[in-house]
Amino acid sequence: MTDKQPSAPMNFQLPDGTQFDPVAGARMMNSHGHTGFLGIEYVGHGEDWFELALPWREDLVGIEETGVLASGPIISLLDNATSMSVWAKKRMFVPQVTLDLRIDYVRAAVPGKTVIARAECYQIRSSMAFVRGIAHDGDITDPVAHAAGIFMLVGDGEWSAK
Amino acid sequence: MVGQVNAPASPALILPPYARSMGMELDRIEDGIPVLAMEYSRIAQGRPGYLHGGAIGGLLEIAGFAALRAELAQRGTMMRIKPVNISIEYLRGGVKLRTFAMGRVLRAGRRVANVRVDAWQADRDKPVASCWMNFLLSPEKAD
Repeated sequence: MTDKQPSAPMNFQLPDGTQFDPVAGARMMNSHGHTGFLGIEYVGHGEDWFELALPWREDLVGIEETGVLASGPIISLLDNATSMSVWAKKRMFVPQVTLDLRIDYVRAAVPGKTVIARAECYQIRSSMAFVRGIAHDGDITDPVAHAAGIFMLVGDGEWSAK
Repeated sequence: MVGQVNAPASPALILPPYARSMGMELDRIEDGIPVLAMEYSRIAQGRPGYLHGGAIGGLLEIAGFAALRAELAQRGTMMRIKPVNISIEYLRGGVKLRTFAMGRVLRAGRRVANVRVDAWQADRDKPVASCWMNFLLSPEKAD
């Protein structure tokens, strides 16, 4: 199943020809760019799911008076968690781009609390991966947000640029 | 400096800490609607060489809020607005350029507002992303 492994992008320094290590991969992702800036952390993963956390931070607030997190960082968190759930299910890194992502904000996240996203890749087709996810701040049965999205699996050349 | 961007103290121009951290700013006002902009930077990068989808989504949302606030201010109605949901289509990779976003209020009723937002870079006719957002409206002093 992993015989046609795409070469890993240099920028993330994933060792070529090795299987995707979700923990190392997450650590790598989480130390770069936007994800690194937001301070997103690895929580856990399984066969077809991935869990990431976004600790509350003052400079990520959306409503200054209340300290409620902005929804932008929650989009990023769910985008990352759903994206990594595809890699978990594939058991390898696959270059992909977000086609669409829908998020329902069920309620405001409690100020000061870490937001956790649990995402699942529920189906993979030849060129698309279907994902869903829930963001919560401690109790998954009382979600902050719910997400559904689709990733397009693309060639290496389409994925990264200088 | 508390959330105010540039001179006019319009409610449409108050940017939250997240938006300021990301370097989002008012670029101009077009037909009464704020055009938001964000410079490409390391903290907005996703896959190598491209903007993170979440950073684009965040900019879309801020522009959507701003468009709705501007619309409500023009009507002279102050409402509390709460985002209900967003659905983003990613149309092109966001490259290392300044990104713009502007919303359009399709409808703002008494309880719900429906907003469309587009984001573009060098060429406005080639949007990088587009979204719809729904907001819940309530009287300013409620709760």
